[in-house]
Amino acid sequence: MNRTYELMFIVRPDMAEEDQDKLISTLESAVTSTGGVVKNVERMGKRRLAYRVRKFNDGIYVLLTVEGSGGLIHELERRLRVTEPVIKFLTVRIDEEQKRLDKIKAIRDARRKAAPAPATAEAAGEAPAVTA
Amino acid sequence: MADETRAAAGTAEAPSGDRPSGGDRPSGGDRPDRERRPPRAGGPGGGRGEGGPGGRKYFRRKKVCKFCVEKIEAINYKDIRLLAQFVAESGKIVPRRLTGVCTPHQRRLSSAIKQARNIALLPFAGRAS
Repeated sequence: MNRTYELMFIVRPDMAEEDQDKLISTLESAVTSTGGVVKNVERMGKRRLAYRVRKFNDGIYVLLTVEGSGGLIHELERRLRVTEPVIKFLTVRIDEEQKRLDKIKAIRDARRKAAPAPATAEAAGEAPAVTA
Repeated sequence: MADETRAAAGTAEAPSGDRPSGGDRPSGGDRPDRERRPPRAGGPGGGRGEGGPGGRKYFRRKKVCKFCVEKIEAINYKDIRLLAQFVAESGKIVPRRLTGVCTPHQRRLSSAIKQARNIALLPFAGRAS
């Protein structure tokens, strides 16, 4: 039973670029070894934290989109927890939300075909800007 | 003036002499009349009275759900520019009755805000330091 998850984590701001690469690649290998797929890796860069975490005011945000089972996520979270430079992480399951959005989109598309109306505003609203 | 002092002296009532004009208004003959007037005027004038001070002093625009109107379906915890519109200065989630967001969207919104708080994108309380 494969599900899609979004794994966002924050590493300490003074972490070197190579160390980040190393951390990400170890996570990726952990995913692939358990039969999961890394769909996307996004580095959101350094940004200000909304509150102080472990005496840090800034953090480097990394976002992983992973497809796999619950056990895989459990393992990834365990790894993140024991990795010293990771100061915070959050896992969100996104496949059901995506399914819901696709369904709404399909309904809207069908409606648009049935009544071809100018729906340019709708297209703009469908792609929410992910603020980096 | 001389008349009043003489009348006050005649009745030998110092308080009434002190406020001659004030004593005239709440006189015994006036008060029952005023008590009688509200019920009488209340019948035809009641509606007018409500429409005056108690009615629409402030014209309030009907609030609409931003997500329904702009057809924003994805309420994501990463989209903090959107979420920040529904978070008060203190970090609190603004209630539906103030923003006009409909119940299903408010539910998604609040869960997204809570997720954003957990990953330090939004503050739990207070402005970001």
